[in-house]
Amino acid sequence: MEITDAQIEFKDFNFYYGKFHALKNINFKMARHKCTAFIGPSGCGKSTLLRTINRMYDLYPEQRADGQLLFDGRNLLGSEIDVSVLRARIGMVFQKPTPFPMSIYDNIAFGVKLHEKLSNSEMDNRVEWALRKAALWDEVKDKLKQSGMSLSGGQQQRLCIARGIAVKPEVILLDEPTSALDPISTARIEELIDELKEEFTIVIVTHNMQQAARISDYTAYMYLGEMVEFGVTDELFVKPKKKETEDYITGRFG
Amino acid sequence: MKFGDRLFGTLAKSFAWLTLILLAGIILALVYASWPSIQAFGIGFLFSDAWNPPMEDFGGLIPIYGTLVTSVIALLIAVPVSFGIALFLTEMAPAWLRRPLGTAIELLAAIPSIVYGMWGLLVFAPIFAKYIQPGLQSSIGHVPVIGKLFAGAPLGIGLLAAGIILAIMIIPYIASVMRDVFEVTPPMLKESAYGVGCTTWEVMWGVVLPYTKTGVIGGVMLGLGRALGETMAVTFVIGNTNFLDSASLFAPGNSITSALANEFAEADPGLHTAALMELGLILFMITLVVLVVSKLLLNRLAKGEGTKS
Amino acid sequence: MNLLARRKLTNQVALTLSLSAMAFGLFWLAWILWTVLELGISGLSLTLFTEMTPPPGADVGGLANAIAGSLIMVVLATLLGTPIGILAGVYLAEYGRNHWLGSTTRFINDLLLSAPSIVIGLFVYAVVVAQTGKFSAWSGVLALALIVLPVVVRTTENMLQLIPNTLREAAFALGAPKSVVISKVTLRAARAGVLTGVLLAVARIAGETAPLLFTALSNQFWSLNLNEPMANLPVTIFKFAMSPFTNWQELAWAGVFLITMGVLVLNIIARVFLRAEKVN
Repeated sequence: MEITDAQIEFKDFNFYYGKFHALKNINFKMARHKCTAFIGPSGCGKSTLLRTINRMYDLYPEQRADGQLLFDGRNLLGSEIDVSVLRARIGMVFQKPTPFPMSIYDNIAFGVKLHEKLSNSEMDNRVEWALRKAALWDEVKDKLKQSGMSLSGGQQQRLCIARGIAVKPEVILLDEPTSALDPISTARIEELIDELKEEFTIVIVTHNMQQAARISDYTAYMYLGEMVEFGVTDELFVKPKKKETEDYITGRFG
Repeated sequence: MKFGDRLFGTLAKSFAWLTLILLAGIILALVYASWPSIQAFGIGFLFSDAWNPPMEDFGGLIPIYGTLVTSVIALLIAVPVSFGIALFLTEMAPAWLRRPLGTAIELLAAIPSIVYGMWGLLVFAPIFAKYIQPGLQSSIGHVPVIGKLFAGAPLGIGLLAAGIILAIMIIPYIASVMRDVFEVTPPMLKESAYGVGCTTWEVMWGVVLPYTKTGVIGGVMLGLGRALGETMAVTFVIGNTNFLDSASLFAPGNSITSALANEFAEADPGLHTAALMELGLILFMITLVVLVVSKLLLNRLAKGEGTKS
Repeated sequence: MNLLARRKLTNQVALTLSLSAMAFGLFWLAWILWTVLELGISGLSLTLFTEMTPPPGADVGGLANAIAGSLIMVVLATLLGTPIGILAGVYLAEYGRNHWLGSTTRFINDLLLSAPSIVIGLFVYAVVVAQTGKFSAWSGVLALALIVLPVVVRTTENMLQLIPNTLREAAFALGAPKSVVISKVTLRAARAGVLTGVLLAVARIAGETAPLLFTALSNQFWSLNLNEPMANLPVTIFKFAMSPFTNWQELAWAGVFLITMGVLVLNIIARVFLRAEKVN
């Protein structure tokens, strides 16, 4: 399972909420253009781990990280990193859809405008491109001026994915993206993730083990802030190396 | 973009500072402007009933007395009425009536005070003098001691009329705080009281009121703060005189705010203006103390809620 | 009487008193509004808006200069107080949540919110009128703006607090700087609430009299010069209502009618607006 083309690598990584030691000595790599899933019971630190990759914790002064988090070989934890530029390269989608209070078009254009100067026609093309990638174009092409809030829950989530894609990031972080959606919308998002892997490195947090098994190439099982096991998804689910992992995925625990 | 971001944050922060400094600025400006009076009369200002502009002899006793008495009258009327209104809105009114009735009571607070004042002087006071005041005199007027409060000619305008109009004005403030705190009482608590057979009144008086008492007192203090500083309504009906020789609430008087409203613009610069400024300073200080107490009580209730849920 | 019967009677009495308290409150509202309608409407006429305030004893005249003065000062005070209030509210909700400056300012702002408006008038007199040596519309605008400020700070903060944190994070996750997150996303999401706060602040200063008494004063004539005293409805009503002249009193009632209706309409618009936005 040796990962040769790693895009992101954690080395002796630790994370703290104030005095609470939330992530302990994390060491692993994430492969380029693959989907890596984090699973584990609530509070195990899987979302925390995901949110370190785009330095989301910068918003909260009491949270801090140490060790190394390498992105294409460069440490992201240093203060010299411009988080604005970093976040243009690493997109994120949240648990609940978060459409901004503006039109569908402006939702997509919002992030692009922050990082690039495009002409109107270029922007139109970019919006269409992102919406097509997120498999939303056909549903919204006639109502781009409508509010993003007017869409259904599943459509809103795909809008948020399109908004992330529009910036042309290299990595997309997904924090339980389907936990607030119905099964049909969930299936569409899963299909979408499968397609997006072609062009983007995907990292997904999910509490749904079947989902992790269906869509990911690598899976990390976390428990109490430690990475218990990391491996190729098919292997980890079929014959886990650790007893704790087996207990969790067979439902005896968690 | 970096620069703009920094600028935006700094601007927001400096306006927060501005709000903070405003309070200190008001106090400093009032102290500075009333300094001649503070120096001339010292602490005696609070206890002197003199108010003689030509002789430059000033004391704040009568306006301070008027402000306190009218506010106390207002509270005596407004607190029980507000409690009744809050009880009605939370426990008795059918659901579809709650919002319109609540809004109607809140609209009482929206009516500008000058409207209360003009209505009080030209409509309420004559009716008050003709029907209510003689009624009070012929009933409570003969009770020893208390009767003195209702002696004298029924003029309509005076301390009592001002107190009543203040009461109407502060009812919406007290009632809406009471309603809000009653509504956050956990339903479980009420249901367990009803469960042992309590009547609505017993649940309110024995369970909800003790549970919410800090908030209720906070609301009452908020109303008091409003009453102390109310200007126009009082100015119209209090009678505006600095002579006070009886304990009667029928007598005309003066309050800090009415003295300011009537005299300030025409006061001579110098000691007269400074004395009026000192009255304003005293008013501001009393109001601040009342409001700080109110705020602390309401904050404590809000925090208690946070830990309980 | 047995215990149960007595308890039931107490309950009946208490609930009846509660009902009467409600009736008591509504009674005053109805009486005041009725008076304002009855006496105000009879005083309405076109000349109210075309003629100037009359000298004592004259039997003609209107409120044109007072209406114009009030509009000018209320608009300017709102334009001055609103942006400052919104930014200070933004600081409280978005920057200073866990900072001593935030909690202190929040506390002080709540004190200012309920502080007597006449004291604001004294303050502006002391720092502006006494220094420049004359009453002016500008000082009135400043006094009214200082009353707008805490109202807007409070509502802006409250409305921003209601915005879910994930919306902020989503905008940050796209690499947006904080000022963009606030101005384009959170403030925009809270705009209905903030606008409601501004409307309520306007309603509050439209009828404010006390702070204008020592600042803008009044003016018997038409004047648009902000460096001179300016006529305004509340102070004119005060002067006319206290006078013995019937004509002045009638004009005062008409003025009271205009102000009350304006304030009530603003209040109702604000409520309807906020409710409509909540449903969305």
